[in-house]
Amino acid sequence: MTGTLTPTPTEPVRPARPVKLRAEKNPAGRMKGHKGLGIDRRPGFLTYGILLALFLGGAYPLWWSVVVGSSSSSVLSQEWPPLLPGGQFWINVAAVFDTIPFWQALLNSVVVSTIITVSVVSFSTLAGYAFAKLRFRGSNGLMVFVVGTMAIPTQLGIIPLFILMRQFGWTGSVGAIIIPTLVTAFGVFFMRQYLVDVIPDELIEAARVDGANMITTFWNVAVPAARPAMAILSLFTFMMAWTDFLWPMIVSPQNPTLQVALSQLQSAKYVDYSVVLAGAVLATLPLLILFVLAGKQLISGIMAGAVKG
Amino acid sequence: MTLTREPEASSPPRPDRTGRKSALTYKHRLSRLDVKLSPYLYISPFFVLFGVVGLFPLVYTFVVSLNHWNLLSGPGEWVGFDNYAAELNDPLFWNSLFNTMSIFLLSSIPQLIAATFIAAVLDQNLRAKTFWRMSVLIPYVVTPVAVALIFSNMFSEQNGMINHLLSFVGVDPVMWKTDVFPSHIAIASMVNWRWTGYNALILLAAMQSVPRDIHESAALDGAGFFRRFFSITLPSIRPTMIFVIITATIGGLQIFTEPRLYDATTPTPGGAHRQFQTTVLYLWEMAFQRQNFGKASAVAFILFLIIVAFGVLNFLISQRIATTDSRTDVKSAKRVLRRKAAADREAALAASGAGEPVDSPPSSTLPTGAKEPRS
Repeated sequence: MTGTLTPTPTEPVRPARPVKLRAEKNPAGRMKGHKGLGIDRRPGFLTYGILLALFLGGAYPLWWSVVVGSSSSSVLSQEWPPLLPGGQFWINVAAVFDTIPFWQALLNSVVVSTIITVSVVSFSTLAGYAFAKLRFRGSNGLMVFVVGTMAIPTQLGIIPLFILMRQFGWTGSVGAIIIPTLVTAFGVFFMRQYLVDVIPDELIEAARVDGANMITTFWNVAVPAARPAMAILSLFTFMMAWTDFLWPMIVSPQNPTLQVALSQLQSAKYVDYSVVLAGAVLATLPLLILFVLAGKQLISGIMAGAVKG
Repeated sequence: MTLTREPEASSPPRPDRTGRKSALTYKHRLSRLDVKLSPYLYISPFFVLFGVVGLFPLVYTFVVSLNHWNLLSGPGEWVGFDNYAAELNDPLFWNSLFNTMSIFLLSSIPQLIAATFIAAVLDQNLRAKTFWRMSVLIPYVVTPVAVALIFSNMFSEQNGMINHLLSFVGVDPVMWKTDVFPSHIAIASMVNWRWTGYNALILLAAMQSVPRDIHESAALDGAGFFRRFFSITLPSIRPTMIFVIITATIGGLQIFTEPRLYDATTPTPGGAHRQFQTTVLYLWEMAFQRQNFGKASAVAFILFLIIVAFGVLNFLISQRIATTDSRTDVKSAKRVLRRKAAADREAALAASGAGEPVDSPPSSTLPTGAKEPRS
């Protein structure tokens, strides 16, 4: 709903450069003439200096919230911003737990994000497989429709959605948060683009000749082949659901997700910034852990999205 | 949809055959039904759900916008386009549109430039490649709500870290929350901080799909790093750049979380004087605080049209560029390949002892199955 799921170039696939390992380049003696031209030269200190600055710039706000979140808010009025964490983290965390229903919100976020991820990935794989590998009347037109809807801001439909949810009496429930994001056009497009190259038609035909019906073929041929793309799509869908704010805030402020609960820390009459930032640190931890575990996949997902398109 | 079509009308059952035969045809027919219906069954969950929760609400937004419609009392009388007329004459609506555009430009243009620069820095023969790539992606895992809380504190007017730092270099404290332009900069900086690294990785992937040979032959012709960057890298990543711009537009025009949480203490969302109230924030206020669903829907629909117009415009421009591109690209690629072939011949002559044939077929004849970007 937030449009954070973005790696989707609409351009046709450009012929990618052939895979060539660096090691292959050198032995033929071709490197001789190229030496000193600076193409594959190891970059110098300037490059690493820039990268280090970027790293610090990216990490500093996070570090700074750790520092303030573990001190009393009086550090904010110091002349120099402090550089090391203080000893008050658990006191601030206790204050967070007193102010917002943290564990309930965490549980809600996990439930919402998991169900959305399972739903988006399953339905996208099914539909993406059909569009990539099965022949049926209207498939081209429907695929164009899917691509077209990717650019439509469905987030703007919140008012009728809210009217409906209230009519059904679902406001304040986890289900109401989940429903609008059960499928995404991006997911279908992404799976289709992946599967169209990955599964050879012969494999499907062979399975059919062996007497497998359509759904068995899907389950035994398409799903195993689709697994890497499913993993990447899961990662992005989970992050999208986890970070969503506008819709959960509208439909279920009384039974919040983690993001909504976190935002409520700031709406108290007297705002203690140490507590707010301790909450921000707590809420960032799950995704940081995910990032440490699956950062490589996240990067290859972002980059594959750009080239594959 | 053709779900209810009867596909086997052409092959009526034949009762005169033996039992065994008819069992076969039954299986056969079942299998044909399976082949014909399965694709529709597989795509139907997506289309049904998307229709119900994606498209229907958008259409219904238009219906609501044609009525007096209160949050609590529900639909009132039909007013035609009165809500649209009222909104288009409302300075608060135009204020929100101005703020949205201003924040969008402040976040997209510097971000695109920075992302391209970072991608170029990463597109080198680095040590610890994965570490550096991960390090530019750190901000992306901080949720927008947390980003807004952190930055709203850093940009605080009295004790904010930014104003502290500014005071060291002798700059007077900036009214980051009260003034229009500084508040836009602060909100744009949240977006920039979170998304620049992400977009840099997308552009990096595009840069790496540029054939290395072109770089090599340009370097052979004496083109330095900057010349190669502007003459080879930039033109060839243009399609990806357009894509980044399109997604940034769709997201940027709907910005909500950051301005909502930037200063939560004011009674009106988006600053005491609505100095950073964006259009979606205005929509939200209209719907859930002023409780006027009719007008809020009109705002939503106008914004919808604006975003679609931006999308179409982007698409047309990119088509235009793509067609002129393919012409010049082919030409310059041919030129490059010709030069490269000549250079290779020379190199082969120079590499006297080796006597190995230099294998460098034109890159167009090579398999183009590279699915993963070079890592």
